[in-house]
This record gives sequence, C-alpha cells and structure tokens, in this order.
Amino acid sequence: MRKPFAITLDPGSSLANHTGSWRTLRPEYLDRLPPCNNACPAGENIQAWLFQAESGDYEAAWRSLVQNNPMPAVMGRVCYHPCEGACNRAQLDSSVGINSVEHFLGDEALRRGWKFDPPAAPTGRKVLVVGAGPSGLSAAYHLARLGHAVEIREAGPMAGGMMRFGIPKYRLPRDVLDAEVRRILDLGVKLTLNAKVDDVMVAKQEGGFDAVFLAVGAHIAKRAYIPANEAAKIMDAVSVLRGMEGADKPLLGRRVVVYGGGNTAIDVARTAKRLGAEEAMIVYRRTREKMPAHDFEVQDALEEGVLIKWLSTIKEAGEGAITVEKMELDAKGVPQPTGEFEKLEADSVVLALGQDVDLSLLDRVPGLEIADGVVKVGANMMTAHPGIFAGGDMVPAERTVTVAIGHGKKAARNIDAWLRGGTYDPGPKHELAAFDKLNAWYYSDAPKTVRPMLDLQKRITSFDEVVLSLDANTALFEARRCLSCGNCFECDNCYGVCPDNAVVKLGPGNRFRFNYDYCKGCGVCAAECPCGAIRMVPEEI
Amino acid sequence: MSFQPVKFYQTGTFTVGNRLLPDGERSVQSTVRRHNSLNSGHRACQGCGEALGARYAIDAAMEVTGGQLIAANATGCLEVFSTPYPETSWQVPWIHSLFGNTAAVATGIAAALRVKGREDVRVVAQGGDGGTTDIGFGCLSGMFERNDDVLYICYDNGAYMNTGVQRSSATPPAARTATTAAVGSTPGNTFGQGKDLPAIAMAHGIPYVATATVSELRDLEAKVRRAMEFRGARYLHILVPCPLGWGHDSSLTIRMARLAHESGIFPVFEAENGEVTGVAKIRRQVPVEEYLKPQKRYAHLFSPRPNEDVIRRIQAQADRNIRRYRLLQDS
Repeated sequence: MRKPFAITLDPGSSLANHTGSWRTLRPEYLDRLPPCNNACPAGENIQAWLFQAESGDYEAAWRSLVQNNPMPAVMGRVCYHPCEGACNRAQLDSSVGINSVEHFLGDEALRRGWKFDPPAAPTGRKVLVVGAGPSGLSAAYHLARLGHAVEIREAGPMAGGMMRFGIPKYRLPRDVLDAEVRRILDLGVKLTLNAKVDDVMVAKQEGGFDAVFLAVGAHIAKRAYIPANEAAKIMDAVSVLRGMEGADKPLLGRRVVVYGGGNTAIDVARTAKRLGAEEAMIVYRRTREKMPAHDFEVQDALEEGVLIKWLSTIKEAGEGAITVEKMELDAKGVPQPTGEFEKLEADSVVLALGQDVDLSLLDRVPGLEIADGVVKVGANMMTAHPGIFAGGDMVPAERTVTVAIGHGKKAARNIDAWLRGGTYDPGPKHELAAFDKLNAWYYSDAPKTVRPMLDLQKRITSFDEVVLSLDANTALFEARRCLSCGNCFECDNCYGVCPDNAVVKLGPGNRFRFNYDYCKGCGVCAAECPCGAIRMVPEEI
Repeated sequence: MSFQPVKFYQTGTFTVGNRLLPDGERSVQSTVRRHNSLNSGHRACQGCGEALGARYAIDAAMEVTGGQLIAANATGCLEVFSTPYPETSWQVPWIHSLFGNTAAVATGIAAALRVKGREDVRVVAQGGDGGTTDIGFGCLSGMFERNDDVLYICYDNGAYMNTGVQRSSATPPAARTATTAAVGSTPGNTFGQGKDLPAIAMAHGIPYVATATVSELRDLEAKVRRAMEFRGARYLHILVPCPLGWGHDSSLTIRMARLAHESGIFPVFEAENGEVTGVAKIRRQVPVEEYLKPQKRYAHLFSPRPNEDVIRRIQAQADRNIRRYRLLQDS
C-alpha cells in the first residue's frame, strides 16, 4: 500500500453515504383531480388534452378529448363550460378559455378530416339507442368504439335532437353538427330516421337487441293557463325553434313577447329579432339574479336589442296586446302579485316555460319507476328494468347538451360492463387539486384571450354564427395558460430544486422518480411543485 | 440584464425547466447531462440552501468551461458537509484551503495555470459568508485589487452555521444567533452599517460583480455564464437560506430566498466595472413581515407582541434597496 505522505485511506465517494435514512417525511408523486375535470358533466380529461395542445400537437389533443366526448366542435359552441367556472386560474387572473380551445380543436378536426380510432373487435352484441340527440349519439359512439353493433332509431327527420331543433343556428351552424354526427355514423353506427319507437319492449324483442339505451329527450312544451281571446296568437318555444328547421319559418309578427326566463326564452327572443321582429321582449316573473338563463347569454341578447320585462307575469292575451301584472319578491324571494297591471303591444306570445318528456314508449315496460315526469335510473344509468338504460333530458338531471353527452358515455360504459356480465368500475376519484395545493408564483401573468364576435349589425340581421373561433396562435396561447393543476407537466422543478440530487428525470413523457437512497425528506420539491403533484407522507419509523 | 425571462409558456422561465422551450434555451439544471458537481450523499442538513446554490453555480461553470474547472474551497459548512475525509461529494478538481485564504489559494492556482500555459482551465474560489466577509476578507480584497483571474463565489447564509450559528459580519440586523441572543432592549444582532460585500467588490472596480439567490435559477446560471466571459477578478454573491440557522421549515428554503428578493431585503443585480448593469425586478412585492415571520431567528419580533419599531427599520432598509437598485417593475 503506497500512498502519498500523510494519506492513509483511499479516496471515496459520498455516494456510499445513504442519507435517505435521515428521512421522516417521504415525497410521493401523485395525480390530483383538476377542478375543470371535476366540473365537466361529460367527464372530459380537460387538463390532459390541454397538455397536448400546449405543445401544439392538436391532433393528439383532439384524440385525447374524444376519448370522452365525440363532439368537440359542438361542445365548443353550446357547452355552458362549468369547467371555466371551477378553473383555478380564475384566482390568478381569469379562467382558462377551455371552451374556446375546445371550439378550435373541434373545428381543426373537421378542417383536417381527422377520423376516430377504429372500433374494438366486434363483440357480437346488439344495442338499440332510441333518440339521436346528444345523449343517444354519445352512447352510440362509445358503444361502437367498444365493439358493439349499434342502431339508433330517431322519431324525427334528422339527427341531433335538441342540438338541431332547440339550439338556433347562430349558436350552432348546422354544417358543424352534421359533420360531427356523420363522423359518429362512420364508425358503423346505423341510424334510422322517422322511426318512432312506440313500444320499447317490442322493438327490443323484434330487433334481437341485447340492451337498450333510451334518450328520447324532452320535446313537449309545458303550457301555462293564460286567458286569451280567439285572435291572440300563442305559441310555444319548442315549436318555434323546431319550425326554424323547416322551409316555412314561424310567423311571429312585429312585436314578439317571450314568456319565461331560461336559456330557451333567450334563444327564442334572439331568433325573433333575426326573423325581423322590431321588438322582442322577454317577460319574466323574477329578477335577473334569479333568472336561470346564463348571464353571458342574457348579455348577448341585451346587446342585440332584446328587451326584458322583469318581475312580470302575463295575465291575459288579446289581439295585438297582452296584459302583464307587476310582481314583487317577498322575503323568501318568491314573486307575489301586486295588483298593478300594464298593457303591452304584442303580435304573438311564445311560451318558454320548460319541457316534458313523452314517456308513452315505456307504457309496457314492467317495473319502471317514474317520478315528476322523468324515468328513475340507478348510478349505472339502468332503469329498474334490467337491460334498459336511459339518459339525457328524460332522467332527473340538469338539462344541457353536455350533461346529456355525459349520460351517454356513462350509460355506454355501464351497458358494456353489463353485457359482459360485470359492473363498470371507473376507479376511485383522485383528491381535488384545490388552489392551495399549487405554488402559483411560478405561472406567468397572461390575460385570457377572448374569442372574436360577429359584429352587431350582422348578428341581428342574419343567422350567421355569433361567436367565432380562435386561430392557431391564440388557441395555443390560451392552452398554455393552463396551470395543469394536480398533474405533472414536466417543468423539471423537483429535479432542479433537490439539494441532494435525489430526483431522477426519466425523460419526456415519463416524468420523474425519487431516489430514496439519498432523499432526506426536506420537502422542497413538494413546496416548489407549481401544480401540486407531490405530497409529503410520514415515513414509517 | 443578461437574462431575459421568457413569458407565456405556462411557467415561462420561472421554473427550472420547460418542455416547450427549444433545447438551447433550457437551463443546465433541467438537463440530464448536468454535471452534479456536488453529488448525492453529502451531509448537509435537510433543505440546505448552500448545497443547492453550490450545485447550481458549479454545474453552470462546468457547463460553460466544458469541464475545465478547478475549485478552491474555504473551510465552512460547504467543505465540512461535502468532504469528510476520505469521502467527497465533489465531482470537480477541488482543493480545501484554510478558512481565510481561499482567495489566495485560487490566485495561486490561476498563476500556476498561466505558467503552464493552461489558461483554458478556469478557477473558482468558494466559501461561506464567514470565510468571505470576515476571515478571508483580506485575501479576497487582495485578489480583487490584483485583478487575479478567479471567480469568487460567496454562499451567504448570514452566520457561521456549522459551528453552531454564530454571528458573522453578514448577519442581518435583529437576527438572533448563538452570539446575538434575543434578550435586552435591542434583541438580536445590532443595526450596524453592515458589510455590503457586493458593493465593496464593486468599489474595487473589478470586471464583474453579481448577486443571486437560489430561488431564481435561470438568473443565477446566466450570471455564472456572464462571469465566465470575463478574465480577471469576478465576484458572485448568492443568498442561500439555512433552515438550521434561520429556523424555518426545511421545505421553505427556496421560498425564503424568493421572499428576500420580493421584499427588497436582498437586491438581485449585476455590475460591470463598478457600474450596475441590470437588476432582477420584484414580481410580486411583499412586506418584510412575510419574509421575517417564518424564521425563528426573528421570532422575538413577533412574540409576545410585534416589535413594530424594529420591523419598521427593517422595512426601511428594504425600501432603501428598492430605491437604490430600482427594484420595482416601473422604476
């Protein structure tokens, strides 16, 4: 052993010293549930597809999106985006424009002609879907992708349900709807139009179907008793909006009064304006705060010159005029009559008071439970009759396109499991990535990009689309505003800030791993993770 | 500023890495090829800011010099925790000097390299605030004055930490240390004139002086890169929070450094030939309380009741920095 003067030991590396034994807390990577995903009625993995879009890979983003929702171009136009209401970014500056990025991705897919991934191998099972609305189309799409043979029977002359017969063209151009429906049918889904199912048991039996998904929607307009003389022209919102799809547009006159306070009332009033009405007035019995219609829709309508008569009910309808009674809210916020009346000129009155479901096709299904005019379903979307599932407006839930699409997906996955003799298990939900889980310091300041709008004059004189799409640049910018709450976006912070080099970088797409031989459990990585994807757990000692 | 932040890529350049940036714009620390000059297994405390700062700085220097680097290291935490004979965490040619003479040792290495015609090999000297502002100050001033070709890096944690947290001339006013107890009418360290070493270095008129913190990696790396573009004496002063001596949770190391900058307590700037050429602006200004409160060395300022007078004096110091270096966005 020859060593230099005063040296007795060989040099060694500190790697021999496993400092991991000092640890009392242990860092762990985890995925938390982003608030947007949590709020999405269609169960979209929004954070995941924004992550793809951030790198400019729009096709990957779109493919990720359509895992859950087959109609992004429709969604980007008609969804009321509860995701944006839940978005953590709102606490920094303003929420991420998720809906506008979805709008862009949906249009991009149509422009580029992207097709769905081919379905799984045929299972030999047949499923009947009744109704070609959002819920039925969504269920058909998911069932077809799982390899089942699907037939949709639609009572009407065209597919789309309320997306076609309820939502005006200026919100959803029909070529967009047609293209997204076509893409679903291209998966091999059979669509039979003008084929009303009168008895679901007979249809199931005769067609040899293994399961049925009912999604007939709610198309019967609710009525209210209004004393009226013979000359008064009273219509309902469902017929007016449906009439817009035919060759003969509804004749509403110069002064149109719409009765109701939901989004449908707004749609009718804006439609009346576009049909040339000089005056379109919504009569609603409560106040703006209490109005069920979404605030941005009310805003758009007011911009277009729609008038709203708050705190008023229609007492009487006569020829060319109506009588309204002023209401006031009592202590509980319920409108009460005041006895003060007013006469308003009106060539027609359109009732937009909600819709009921035509449940006659279920008359001979034994064991069904029906309450408040809708069919009860279990957590798996199955009615009390085995093999018959239902969703959309005909089951108890909020009535929006997105909810319906979510029902279709959920039903399809449960039908699939049921057909295979099992139950569908979506797995446990991750814990929520609330704002306090983030280290928001790291995010750049970036104001929201607002979608361009058609100019006002064109809006009130045509049925051209009002809200326009972002372009590739602005969509990219908007996608990059996403905080990626609760899900690693490979910012390398943990890898960089570890004083002990105890984080191993696994390369693009593969995230990171802790090297517990050296991790002392200081917790800097967890504290400095921008998106809250690391937690510290006590070490067992 | 030599480093211009990139915005709008979600986190821009605030995080260590960013998958959306082109390769050439990524930080050294985000790459798997980084040198890990200070390797795992060192005996620094949990959440050690100095271990982090040293790896950031020396990795950056290794990257710029293509691995042609020799480091001289003063006695202190950094030496003690990295190199208990015969083990070492260093993956660079490294020599341990006395507590006070590391600048002189580095000068000697630089001279030897010049004689050997190996001026491609660069020299750094490094030490803590004790070895720099107190014990090694004479050697350092001489190195500056002779303009020796050395980058001197001071890791400032504000006290002699490894011997049990004794006061140094870099200990901030009011801070409690083992030798400045929180007792009497003026508890903690006194309000002196302080020893503002970056300013003293600038007064030597050396080519490059900069300050940095472990909370702004991109800024720190850019400063090392810039420093290596000069020949002659250069000085880099890095604020490295110490969970042990400051008495904050080990997970807050980077947060404390960030708050020191965001409150104005520690101005981050760079200067060439004695003139300030760039400052890192405050992004979200915070009152000094936010920086002081998580640190047990300042606990006496808040308990049993807030010591408004002292807090005001500390705030006034921060405000003076903000004015002097124009740290606010619109100044």
